[in-house]
Amino acid sequence: MSLFQYDFMWRALLGALVIGLAAPALGIYLVQRRLALIGDGIGHVALTGVGAGLLLNRSPVVVAVIAATLGAITIELVRARGRTSGDLALALLFYGGIAGGVMLVGLSDASSANLNAYLFGSLTTTSKTDLATIAVLGAAIGVTMLALRPALFAVCHDEEYARVSGLPVRALNLLLAVATAVTVTIAMRAVGVLLISALMVVPVATAQQVTRGFRSTMTAAMTLGLFAAGAGVWVAANADTAPGASVVLLAIASFLVVAVGAAGWRALRRRVAPADLTAHEPHEVVLR
Amino acid sequence: MLVTTPVIHVAHAAAGYDGRPVLRDVSLTVTAGEVVAVLGANGSGKSTLIRAVLGLVPLGSGSVELFGTPLRRFRQWQRIGYVPQRLGAGSGVPATVREVVASGRLARRGVLRPPGRADRVAVDAALHAVGLADRAGDPVSTLSGGQQQRTLIARALAGQPELLVLDEPTAGVDAASQEAFAGALRDFTAGGGSVLLVAHELGPLRPLISRAVVVHQGGICHDGAVPEPAGHHAEPDHDHVHPHGPEEPAGLWSS
Repeated sequence: MSLFQYDFMWRALLGALVIGLAAPALGIYLVQRRLALIGDGIGHVALTGVGAGLLLNRSPVVVAVIAATLGAITIELVRARGRTSGDLALALLFYGGIAGGVMLVGLSDASSANLNAYLFGSLTTTSKTDLATIAVLGAAIGVTMLALRPALFAVCHDEEYARVSGLPVRALNLLLAVATAVTVTIAMRAVGVLLISALMVVPVATAQQVTRGFRSTMTAAMTLGLFAAGAGVWVAANADTAPGASVVLLAIASFLVVAVGAAGWRALRRRVAPADLTAHEPHEVVLR
Repeated sequence: MLVTTPVIHVAHAAAGYDGRPVLRDVSLTVTAGEVVAVLGANGSGKSTLIRAVLGLVPLGSGSVELFGTPLRRFRQWQRIGYVPQRLGAGSGVPATVREVVASGRLARRGVLRPPGRADRVAVDAALHAVGLADRAGDPVSTLSGGQQQRTLIARALAGQPELLVLDEPTAGVDAASQEAFAGALRDFTAGGGSVLLVAHELGPLRPLISRAVVVHQGGICHDGAVPEPAGHHAEPDHDHVHPHGPEEPAGLWSS
């Protein structure tokens, strides 16, 4: 508890909580569309933005938002074309992004510690301005994802049906792409470029082990994200571990606990149910 | 109105994929209240025809009008209910039957307005019409293939359309689901709705069909009464289930 007497720890906690809520709210749509790793790819592109920002002495986060948004829109346009080479185009973008970032950071005066802060997150250096940016953008993402759930669900569930319903499919897809870029960039502060996808995807994967519907999955995933973020920062403060890694490891630990628990529950029910059937129902009834 | 505009009007349409022509020169008119079946062998272009009607496949030449409006300028999508053959990519996240059916209200409600009472009532009615009211809260992945197909039909009905467009609605569907589906379609047409459906075989839908169009090699070779079944299709015990196909295919949503 000792570290929580410092303001920076509270800022770290608040920032992590906002990201813990916003990342799974967006991530559920990416998982549904089987684009779970897209956040990872956009994170790579954001790194080039960080490098450019450091080199030009501009705010790295702002330049990263711009770079990530451009990258996300490019990926969405490639995806919408549906070319078989889309896979390769994505690979080029991802590796180009991370190589460009490393090179630009190297060219600037920034130290490798500076690069590490973006690769693995640096919650404890969150300034008041950073926290305000995270809070405003995180709230905007969360509200948008919740308010547009029926339409975004329809587009991610069955894109052709959504088009025949007259939904603005292209606009909604671009909205998702831009929202991904923004979430990646604000989450970069918390968990780092290399761990971003974990916060978007792992809480969703955990939730859907036990949920039956999309809405309940979203609620459970956001709760789990909030829990992992809060508990992760608390563990980091007390055990003096890296906050980003602690958050992600806690999210993965909850996944394992829930997965094992759900499998055990299913096995238990299966063992009970057939026994019931053979015990109480004579064959004549089963066969009619 | 004295003159009723056709619900669907296709004139000399040609369409294809990646430069390979599938439809050559197709003209087709569906008037209000008709139930038109598009028949044909696999690969004849019958699915491409209805996908072109909905704008999912771009036209190479010719024209399509929906409710008297050229397809390019058509915006009243709430008048059309589309039932795809199956879901494309499927979903990685669970969704309940009710959630999938509720998507059918979006054409009527728009993107921004939250669902209200009218939406709930329409979704309930659609679930009831296909006999899935008791499964509303279940994940669609736990349903049989036929029940999943009924879910897609309920989704289209929930939008209260004037025209239903269905792509092979009964392919690989169990008998109980075929009957439930025929009942839902009968209620829909009794309410004045028009239907364009693609089918490989008609099964229990046969009495509902008012006109049949047979597509052969990208063109229409028959337009009129429903042709009599031929070959093994005509055998009295032919139950319209493909013996070489799985009786109940793996669910559309399950892997």
